[in-house]
Order: sequence, then C-alpha cells, then structure tokens
Amino acid sequence: MPVVFALPGYLRPFAEGKSQVELDLEEVTVGEALDQLFARFPGARDRVLTEVGSVRQHVNIFLGDENIRYLGGLDAPVPRGARITILPAVSGGSLG
Amino acid sequence: MTVQVRQVSFHDGDVLVMVGTMKGAFLARSAAARRQWELAGPYFPGHPVYAIAFDAREGRRRLWAAPESPHFGSVLQSSDDFGKTWTSPEVAKIRFPEQAGVSLKRIWQIEVGQSKDSQVLYCGVEPAALFESRDAGETWSLVQGLFDHPHRARWQPGGGGLCLHTIVLGGNGPSDILVAISTGGVYKTSDGGLTWRPSNQGVRADFLPNKHPEFGQCVHKVARAAGRPERLYLQNHWGLYRSDDAGASWKDIAKGVPSDFGFPIVAHPRDADTAYIIPMESDEFRCAPEGKLRVYRTRDGGGSWHPLSAGLPQNEAFETVLRDGLANDRLEPSGVYFGTRSGKLYGSDDEGSSWRLIREGLPPIVCVKTALVGEAAHAVARRRKASQKQARA
Repeated sequence: MPVVFALPGYLRPFAEGKSQVELDLEEVTVGEALDQLFARFPGARDRVLTEVGSVRQHVNIFLGDENIRYLGGLDAPVPRGARITILPAVSGGSLG
Repeated sequence: MTVQVRQVSFHDGDVLVMVGTMKGAFLARSAAARRQWELAGPYFPGHPVYAIAFDAREGRRRLWAAPESPHFGSVLQSSDDFGKTWTSPEVAKIRFPEQAGVSLKRIWQIEVGQSKDSQVLYCGVEPAALFESRDAGETWSLVQGLFDHPHRARWQPGGGGLCLHTIVLGGNGPSDILVAISTGGVYKTSDGGLTWRPSNQGVRADFLPNKHPEFGQCVHKVARAAGRPERLYLQNHWGLYRSDDAGASWKDIAKGVPSDFGFPIVAHPRDADTAYIIPMESDEFRCAPEGKLRVYRTRDGGGSWHPLSAGLPQNEAFETVLRDGLANDRLEPSGVYFGTRSGKLYGSDDEGSSWRLIREGLPPIVCVKTALVGEAAHAVARRRKASQKQARA
C-alpha cells in the first residue's frame, strides 16, 4: 500500500496542483518519506524544511492523526499505507 | 476565497511608492505632480513584506519583494510587469549554506547596486548576514567575510531580532559597503566584503555598561548624503549622529529634537545638508512625542532640526514609524513619504513642508520605498523644467 501525503493549499502550486500524492515506499522514516516527496516536487522542500533540515517552526506534520513531534520527529517510522499530512500550524497566524 | 488584487498601469514619468505591510505589499502610482494617487495590491495577501525594491538599471522595470509566509518561510520574488505576475522560485534564492548551521528567518532589506554595477544586488537578512547577487538576482551567495567575523557570536538580537537591516552603497567605489546590524552596530568593508571592521566610534549604547563599545550598538538606520559620500547620517536606538569621515567617527547632532529615539533617517537626494527623521517618544513608548505626528528636517547637516507638521495630525496621534517607513523621491522638489504602523501612508510633494494623507486603512506598514518609472522620461522633464526656469529668468 502506498504512503499518502496530504498537502496544504500553499504547497499545491509546487506539486502540480495536487492535494494528495501517493508514493510507493517501504520501511522508511518520515524524513526519508519527505525526501522522496521532495525529489518529485523540489519546490515543496524549502517551504517545509529550513536550510538545516528541520521542520519549520509553524509547520505541523502528522503521521495518521498524531503530530510527528510526539513520535520521534523526522526519525519516526512510517507504517505501510500510512497517511502523512502537512499543515500550517495555527501558531503561525499570530499577526492579528 | 481568493483575495482580489487591484492592478494599476504604470507609465514613463510616473512616481512609484512601494509599501510593504504586515499583510502584503501595495504599489502607489502618481504622475510626477504627485497630487493624485492610485493604489495597487495587495500583493502576497496575508504575508508580511519587510523588504521591497525596484531595479531600473539597464532599462529594467523589475520589482523585488520578500514576502514571508509565517508558516512556509521567506522567498525572494520579482516582477517585470508591476506586480501583475511574480516569479515563484522552487528553490529559495536566499538560503544559508548547510554548513552555516543557521536558517533564514526574514529578509529585511533588498538593495539594488549602483548603476555602474548593473548586475549587483544585496539582501540583508535575519539572522544577521549579507547576501550578494552578481547576476541581477538570478543566484545569490552569502557574504562569507561578514558571516565569519569573530564579533558575530557576540551580536545580540534587538527588538526586531538579530538582523542586518541596512545596506549603504555609494561610498568610495563599488567595493565600499556599509551595513548596520541590530545589535551589532555599523560594519564597513572596503574590499567588496572580504574583510569587515566595526565603525561605531562615538555612537552610544545606553543599554550596555560600557556606553561606547567598539561594537554592539543598536543602530536603527544609516543614510548617505548625496554628492558627499564621506557624509553619513545615523539614527540610533537613542542618539542621532553624523559622520563626515565615512563612518570612522560619529558626532552627536541631536539638537532641537523632542527625542533622539527613532527609527528611520533619510538623506535628501541632492542636498548633503538636508536629512529627515521621525522621532519617537522613547524606547518604552515608541509613539510620536506628545501625540503630535511630526517629521523633523535639518537643512544644516544636523546643526538644527525643525518640525514639519502641516497636514499631519497634531492631537492624540500616537503613531509609530518603523526603520524603513520613511523614503523620498528624486524629483525636484523632492517628494517625501512615510507609513505608520496604523496603516496610514502620508506624502509630501514639497520636501516635507506640507503633507497629505495618501491612504489610510492599510495593514501595519513596515517599509516604504520609491522609484521613478522610466528614469529617462524624468530626465527630459527635469531638463524642460530647467530650461523654462532659465527662459523666465
């Protein structure tokens, strides 16, 4: 079963307009899964990760329903057929 | 729901005022008379735009802007059709090399190089660093000489973060660059960025036990006087200064101002003795002193300052103008413009003697920049004006 990535509106222009992307991946971590996504859609990388490779402060990545921050971050293992959801965090919308 | 972006057509001879706000950018257009203004935008709705610039060299009509997604980061984008379309680079042009160990927080300044260096552009960013492009903005690289400066580890963030917010060119040749960092102070290079030295002698640091350190000052803005490259004006976090030796030393010129705390300082485009500031009450109360919104102008190199208030609110106007919120154009007489954190854009077509509200209700304004569209058309108009003046005489 493929891993399914759900992309927010902001990233879709960099992913051929897709809201969902499926990739055949096995025995990967979240970081490795994202690397595969970014290999296909390079424009998404700089929007999700900083130059030093960490997830941007106000971007949340969920594995299933759980934020990867509580699963070991980018090192969290991805089960087969999992859904990885990338979402802007409400904390980034603090400008009033 | 899609935000409606209003577009405006620009023509040779127009004045362009670029306004960066906390929620997008706007372009104001006027004929050279500067009596009526049209507003285009918002571009990048919802995204702070701290830096915006216009490159008119070699016939370009290129806008540069640094919209910043609070979630997805800052990206440098350009437009060759006055905002109708913008580039959207897949890979961010301004990015620290991996070995730098830091990541970009904000692009604070975009500085277009001198006309003779028509391919050169600079960006000042947070964390404090300078980026340079030598191919008109196609590719950018970190100015390593400044990034590797041994002082960098001891620079501290100011209220806006640890940022390089000011880039001053036009000194003694293209290799002569001055930058200002909050809080690091002024740094200069004479070799195009290979080596840098602090240039803060005489500038106070009221927030440190040693009030006159070699570096560490919270310089808010520096401007170079026209036609006299060794003269610089500096608005400090407390303190107003002038240098007549290209920044080697600074002299206090805060005579006749209600407060020497403020953010912006702008030099006149032709007269080296004329400069503008907008004082704020204090670092605790960063609002117009006494609730009177006043621009102050010196016409004697800072020997005296005079309030300019005609047309500006003088009662309960607790306004704030940030470091890039004041700008002027190069027409004769020069236009002066400023934007407030409450979203008001003011303009003067007579060098600040009188003011008009151009627009209100904008998001909080963080930067105001100007350009003349079709420089050649402006040059023709200036010559015509001069010959008419001569004929009348």
